[in-house]
Amino acid sequence: MKYLWRLLPFTFILLIVGCGQQNLSALDPQGPVADMQFSLIRLSLYIMIFVIVVVFALYLIVLFKFRERPGDTHIPKQVHGNKALEVIWTTIPIILLLILAIPNVMATFELAEIDDSEGAITIRAHAHLFWWEFEYPDHDIIAGQEMYIPTNTRINIELESSDVIHAFWVPALAGKQDNVPGITNTMWLEAPNEGVYLGKCAELCGPAHWQMDFKVIAVDPDTFETWAANMAEVPYEEGEITEYAVEGRAIFEANCLSCHAIGNEGGNFGPNLTNFGERTVYAGYMEATDENLENFIRDPQEWKPGNNMPAFSDMPQEDMDALIEYLKSLKVLD
Amino acid sequence: MSNAKAQSKSVLWDWLTTVDHKKIGIMYLVAGAFFFALGGLEAILMRIQLMFPEFSFVPAQTFNELLTMHGTTMIFLAAMPLLFGFMNYIVPLQIGARDVAFPFLNALGFWLFLFGGILLNVSWFVGGAPDAGWTAYVPLSSESPGTGVDYYVLGLQVSGAGTLIGGINFLVTIINMRAPGMSMMRMPLFTWSTFVASMLILFAFPALTIGLLLLMLERIFGATYFAVDFGGNVIIWQHLFWIFGHPEVYILILPAFGIFSEILSAFSKKRLFGYSAMVFATLIIGFLGFMVWAHHMFTVGMGPVANSIFAVATMAIAVPTGIKIFNWLLTLWGGRIQFTTANLFALAFIPSFTMGGVTGVMLATSAANYQFHDTYFVVAHFHYVIIGGVVLGLFAGAYYWWPRIFGYKLDETLGKWFFWLFLIGFHLTFFVQHFLGLIGMPRRVASYLGGQGLDTMNFISTIGAFLMGIAFIIFVVSIFTSMKNKVTDADPWGNGRTLEWTMPIPTPEYNFAQTPLVRDVDALWYEKYEGDGKMKAAEPLGDIHMPNGSILPFIMSLGLFISSFGFIYYHEGFLWLAILGLVINFGAMFVRSIKEDHGYHIPKEEVIKGGK
Repeated sequence: MKYLWRLLPFTFILLIVGCGQQNLSALDPQGPVADMQFSLIRLSLYIMIFVIVVVFALYLIVLFKFRERPGDTHIPKQVHGNKALEVIWTTIPIILLLILAIPNVMATFELAEIDDSEGAITIRAHAHLFWWEFEYPDHDIIAGQEMYIPTNTRINIELESSDVIHAFWVPALAGKQDNVPGITNTMWLEAPNEGVYLGKCAELCGPAHWQMDFKVIAVDPDTFETWAANMAEVPYEEGEITEYAVEGRAIFEANCLSCHAIGNEGGNFGPNLTNFGERTVYAGYMEATDENLENFIRDPQEWKPGNNMPAFSDMPQEDMDALIEYLKSLKVLD
Repeated sequence: MSNAKAQSKSVLWDWLTTVDHKKIGIMYLVAGAFFFALGGLEAILMRIQLMFPEFSFVPAQTFNELLTMHGTTMIFLAAMPLLFGFMNYIVPLQIGARDVAFPFLNALGFWLFLFGGILLNVSWFVGGAPDAGWTAYVPLSSESPGTGVDYYVLGLQVSGAGTLIGGINFLVTIINMRAPGMSMMRMPLFTWSTFVASMLILFAFPALTIGLLLLMLERIFGATYFAVDFGGNVIIWQHLFWIFGHPEVYILILPAFGIFSEILSAFSKKRLFGYSAMVFATLIIGFLGFMVWAHHMFTVGMGPVANSIFAVATMAIAVPTGIKIFNWLLTLWGGRIQFTTANLFALAFIPSFTMGGVTGVMLATSAANYQFHDTYFVVAHFHYVIIGGVVLGLFAGAYYWWPRIFGYKLDETLGKWFFWLFLIGFHLTFFVQHFLGLIGMPRRVASYLGGQGLDTMNFISTIGAFLMGIAFIIFVVSIFTSMKNKVTDADPWGNGRTLEWTMPIPTPEYNFAQTPLVRDVDALWYEKYEGDGKMKAAEPLGDIHMPNGSILPFIMSLGLFISSFGFIYYHEGFLWLAILGLVINFGAMFVRSIKEDHGYHIPKEEVIKGGK
């Protein structure tokens, strides 16, 4: 029985962890930064549960012991106060807070440290209404919506914004930092395990704020190098893809390329689409189906209100089909 | 204008021109309750939208307007005015004064608040409400299309001026108008907390005024304080906003603390435990409230030094707050606790607020805050402190002071239904939100995707919100069905401790026929058990000097209201309207300045008659 009591806080934590999704929950950390933050969350939670238990116990005793019983009309003693008690309930909270404050200050400094040592990778996470651009200065490539990282590598992230304030949050890997226009913020994270981690914009940025999701995809370092090398190239030259997709490429060049780059070719007003065929969601949140893609292209405002993409509502159906065929063929990791 | 003459005027004119703190208090309560219902409705609409994943009950843009107006309305137009209502009515009575120090200003403060609140809500009908959150972070707010944010800026500027005026008035009233014997350290805790909250208003609101002015210049007149391309800085707004915004939450919670101190003490029939510790804790909370604003900004990139300092400073606030919690518990200890509806609300506050307080310390942990910030964890936290603190305080105060203010007691049976439904609904709504935040739900999202583990808890949360809505309807019904429970006894609860329970009900216009002499903390209680049960008089019966009513506060506020439209539609060529409004405003000020007004006297005979 004694041991069961000791296990109680852990079962409590397990219970909460059970609710969340592994690649989204801050309570199921998948990397050292989220780990550090989770251990602080746990420490603070334990201290606070202690406080709550003390207050609730006193409270319940008071309620049961001193409630008015029928017929009781005595006048309670008018107590003024008690110095010793005041000292006790001033000192104990101070000690409890110090137990929390010291590791917190240490962690705050550790998280702010930018370690540029050999092997670390810098990624510039640039937020736009309502999508994410990931620039890899060391590799001279730009990716849209999906941030590929090598496992077990320190990733230093520089956060920027081109319009309003956004925030970069990947709960399972690291807490958030704001993307503030005019300012470059920094943070770091690391993912020991391969996997897809869900990221969200955490600062109100407009109507499509809730749809401004992204992914952090951790792959082994070799795969990452392949990915990065291929991202710099236009994936397919003529002859390598179906004729149908070649048709689509022409439509893309006429309508889309000025904003959406493929490889290092094209504009940067919208997400880079070099590896679009590997996306598992479209527009950051929609299930990856042809129908959704077509709907979005024809009326972006309907699906992500307030974004800056013009509508292509009048595009002939055969052009649309070819374009979709081309977009789906854009892969760099095959 | 004598009393007889006042009665010949219409009721409407009487209320429009009144400078009586009691009537102004009632107007604050009525207007505040209206806005509270409005803000509640906005909350219910948001919770319906979030009831199911990817639900389309309201469009995302409307959702953003709802979340902005819910926060703005609840803070500026509901919670604060409702507290101001109680302060206005009760504080002069508690300190033995016949009115506030500046009755005319008091009326002006109310009308400015009301016109500001109306102005803000006009935006719903003319092209959309503000949509940048109640915090109105730039550049989202400065670049928000349409006129919504203009209404926000001008509406808050006008009502904020009213709040500032009200705060100054309370400060002067409490410093200067206490009855003989009522030293500072004999003031009831509600008066003390009103005093400290007013100090916070005095120092915090100017920061908001400046912020709003800059935002107005930026939006309407093309200034570039926040425009990054022109060398502006967007973080300045956040500092200005939170230098105001953090003390603001203490402006709300401290008076609620005061209300609980009165009620817990009254219904346990015990003197407040550790009175001086309670007073100093209130002062320290007020002081520290100005030292912690940047804990709202841990993730904007202030660096580890600033983050650590603000983290530790914020944690420090837990100490005086803990002192208060334990002193309340010890006030109850050894008492004879009566479970009236008023006291139920006060008792429910202790555990509810403690839960909100501990998540506050968790949020203060800066490194962990990177996970909590801008998620539903924060939403849960501040609703636990604001509903679990301020709103429970308002309801407790309403039940406690209702007979004093409106002359009848609210039905206790309906009151208990209201209490339990509201309390259960509140915890149901917000407890699960802690976990929603931790498992990956950001705040201020118009919807969320299914299959991410967020569905069930959002559904539960919405059910809780419905319960709170039903509970509030029961409360409103009970206001009308309880009207027959008339009371006339000066001390209807039978355990009043302070001066507001010493005059007949309804409260005479002049409050006290004779200014009372105060001989202890809990002046009335002292006379009950150490004296003959009646307050000693500090002056002989005589004519009572009263201020005249005036329509000028209404006209001044109307002028600013009109002027605001001129500024909002400045680019459509309405500058003349802005000028016209200002002319009305300054014209009324001019009339006020040159017109001599010495007030009037209520003759002694009438006072003697009224006392019977």
